[in-house]
Amino acid sequence: MITFEDVTKRYRDGTVAVDDLSMEVPTGAITVFVGPSGCGKTTSLRMINRMIDATSGRITLDGQDVREIDPATLRRGIGYVIQQAGLFPHRKIVDNVATVPYLLGWNKKKARARAMELLELVGLDPGLARRYPFQLSGGQQQRVGVARALAADPPVLLMDEPFSAVDPIVRASLQDELLRLQSELRKTIVFVTHDIDEAVKLGDTVAVLRVGGRLAQMAGPATLLTEPADDFVREFLGRDRGIRRLSFISAKEVRLSPAPSDLETDENGGPLGWRTADGLAAYGTFNPETDSLRVALDAALLSPNGTAVAVDEEGRVRGVAGRDAIDELLAEYAPPAAGPARGGASGSGGGSSSGAGDSEGAPA
Amino acid sequence: MTEEPLVRWDWIARNWANGGPTAISALLENHVVMAFLPVLFGLVVALPLGLACVRWRWLYQPTVALMNVTYSLPSLVLFSIFLSITGLTRSTVVIPLTFFALAVLIPAVVDGLASVPDPVRQSAVAMGFRPVRRLLRVELPVAVPVVLAGLRVATVSSISLVSVGALIGQGGLGNLFIDGWQRQFYTPIVVGIVLIVVLAVLADGLLVLAQRLLTPWSRARRTA
Repeated sequence: MITFEDVTKRYRDGTVAVDDLSMEVPTGAITVFVGPSGCGKTTSLRMINRMIDATSGRITLDGQDVREIDPATLRRGIGYVIQQAGLFPHRKIVDNVATVPYLLGWNKKKARARAMELLELVGLDPGLARRYPFQLSGGQQQRVGVARALAADPPVLLMDEPFSAVDPIVRASLQDELLRLQSELRKTIVFVTHDIDEAVKLGDTVAVLRVGGRLAQMAGPATLLTEPADDFVREFLGRDRGIRRLSFISAKEVRLSPAPSDLETDENGGPLGWRTADGLAAYGTFNPETDSLRVALDAALLSPNGTAVAVDEEGRVRGVAGRDAIDELLAEYAPPAAGPARGGASGSGGGSSSGAGDSEGAPA
Repeated sequence: MTEEPLVRWDWIARNWANGGPTAISALLENHVVMAFLPVLFGLVVALPLGLACVRWRWLYQPTVALMNVTYSLPSLVLFSIFLSITGLTRSTVVIPLTFFALAVLIPAVVDGLASVPDPVRQSAVAMGFRPVRRLLRVELPVAVPVVLAGLRVATVSSISLVSVGALIGQGGLGNLFIDGWQRQFYTPIVVGIVLIVVLAVLADGLLVLAQRLLTPWSRARRTA
């Protein structure tokens, strides 16, 4: 576990980058630091591996003050992924990945063998090992960056806006890849981003920081979306919080009805469309085992009759869920009414749950 | 007066290697040595000086200013200054040329280190490189293309500048020019020019080759 205890970073010119930050970063989970530029998120991250030293307060790693550890030794035990990958241009991919093992004094053969394992782990063709970074695409370089950070199997991984320099499609696939890796590796990951959607997608816990380096709120993404601590967090989260929160509710509990006869299926039981007078109409599907309520609702909205088609892994129809079935679950997961804890937020913190959401949706 | 041909091949044949100090081959050898020593010394001095300029930023401007002033002095003036110290020796040519080389190489080293992308430097720190190892294993290797570009300029200009030393009798192939002018005899002049150009092209080609071998990773990278 990483703990921040009253950590402040003040630069010589008086700028306060991080102001009296206290928090606990849980082991084996992804904690995202998110906030606008100037909120001290990168500074906070870099104080963990001492690329920046705190002015006051202390940061502990499994109970030990990081200031008591030699910086280079500390850093070799903490993986680091930087924006734009920061690969060494003069080294082949395999040697880039093997950087920390080399620094730890592994022999070349062992270090390279480990590097090859990691390239495979992050989903890269081993044929790329002999290439130089400039021969790879941005997305591939970023995967190499992740592989390099994992090479010596550090328990902690720091990621500093690692996916912000790649296009949205590649970014989405890198994010999915990270979640897949994390489900296998269970590292303690601190992830910095300015993109709230990325934060909500990746974080087990999200720490929202405000300009001046103060912690505005730290919570799980679903809680964050329904119960933003104040106006700043609410504004930073942006629109559609209610809809976005549905991503964190499993569609498993949606009540399924048997497929009606007007749903055409193929010989394997896969859906073809809704039979109408004008032919087959569009349909939407969701997999109750793996998808969220948001996907189920989306599937319902895609069908002319408002009915989502539930399918299994092989794409066979398992049943259907009408809007009424989805609504039942929506009601079950409605945000808590008038929580006593959120007094400060100018009226909207109280109020009936859905009402607060609605007034919030209107442009300020 | 009979028409003097531009090149008398028999003169070249007789004077290529006649064993004396004015043989063309001896002058060529002299020229090579006197052109390369300043570049070598320049590099040896420019590396630590350039590193110091990167480490202590305030050093850079005065250093470059000083080198540029030296560079702007006509080489002849520099030669005459050193003539009073080192006399009619090779040093009188090599020392000023070293200053010229420095004027090109110090900025090259500084720019080279500045060309190391910030994410590269930072990720080296974050991986756990200590400063010296980071310099030797990451920053200097990544700076090589820029330093080599400066080295090419310094080498070629050094090859051409050596000939000015002929005025004090230490000009390598430049001596052929004086000889030719004094006798209104074109052959040595042509031989001198051709050999200097060939030498410059050859040296530049070698450096390009060295760059290809040393930095296979930098090809087509600059635009990225």
